[in-house]
Amino acid sequence: MLDADFFRRWMTATAASVDREAEHLTALDSPIGDADHGSNLQRGFAAVTAALEKEQPRTPGAVLILAGRQLISTVGGASGPLYGTLLRRTGKALGDAAEVDDGQFAQALRTGVDAVMALGGAAPGDATMLDALVPAVEALGDGFAAAATAAREGAVATTPLQARKGRASYLGERSIGHQDPGATSSALLVAALVEASDE
Amino acid sequence: MSDATSDAKEGRLVGIVLVSHSAQVAASVADLARGLAGGGTDVPVAPAGGTEAGELGTSAELIAAAAASVDRGAGVAVLTDLGSAVLTVKALLAEGDELPENTRLVDAPFVEGAVTAVVTAATGADLAAVEAAAADAYTYRKV
Repeated sequence: MLDADFFRRWMTATAASVDREAEHLTALDSPIGDADHGSNLQRGFAAVTAALEKEQPRTPGAVLILAGRQLISTVGGASGPLYGTLLRRTGKALGDAAEVDDGQFAQALRTGVDAVMALGGAAPGDATMLDALVPAVEALGDGFAAAATAAREGAVATTPLQARKGRASYLGERSIGHQDPGATSSALLVAALVEASDE
Repeated sequence: MSDATSDAKEGRLVGIVLVSHSAQVAASVADLARGLAGGGTDVPVAPAGGTEAGELGTSAELIAAAAASVDRGAGVAVLTDLGSAVLTVKALLAEGDELPENTRLVDAPFVEGAVTAVVTAATGADLAAVEAAAADAYTYRKV
């Protein structure tokens, strides 16, 4: 069973991973975006860990709702409302249970990913975070490690794709050949599930 | 107000929020729209541009504060430039409790839509009419 501590560890592991990879994320965002993805997410997840420490939410749902709210208010770029919506909707779908099982989490995360799709109007194949998140949700039934692998492969697979949403889409065909920064950070988020469950 | 009677509600004007990645763009378009609406318009218009740190970007806090500041009870029309400005307003609206009741994201060109929205709101038009007028600005061809 997954409790509030597990979800807290998921968020702190994501924050640490975003810290480590911030320069890489910003470098991916430089040729096709506005070169702020790493620093934006770093600021956002630092605010998430600070808020979780201060407010000590007691349920899995409350952890993710608080985290999502922080991302919406602190990131400053499109990834704020997108990741914020992902976590908030996932959190809301978990309700106020003190613990959830893997199946309930997988279902809730699917609700969150659907909300991201509705908010941004993107679909898999558009070279966005969905290209990592959708395969991850589909693999989640086989465990966190399988989901992490699916997300990482999905992110790498955005390289030959033409971006169809966001700043990168203004480049048209010139966006081809660049791995999508949002898909890459989404893969970090999914990989952090493995770290959270190992501890 | 001394004349706070049942008629007062009809005198309430729709508020306009202008969200841009740039604080200067948001503030300048607000000035432009007020100016073109005619001097002395009472329409509440608030810019929400850039991040709280003064950089290019979008701030949910600035948007929420701007919306609260222009809410006179007749609704709030929010116009945005692009990308995270659109997504942040949509995310705030989806949460339900972050923006004043009767706040709408208006699908309109930023500059032309802002001018049209303020001019229309100045006539005392309701939120639906302000939204329709601003959206109609997409149809003003220039060539």
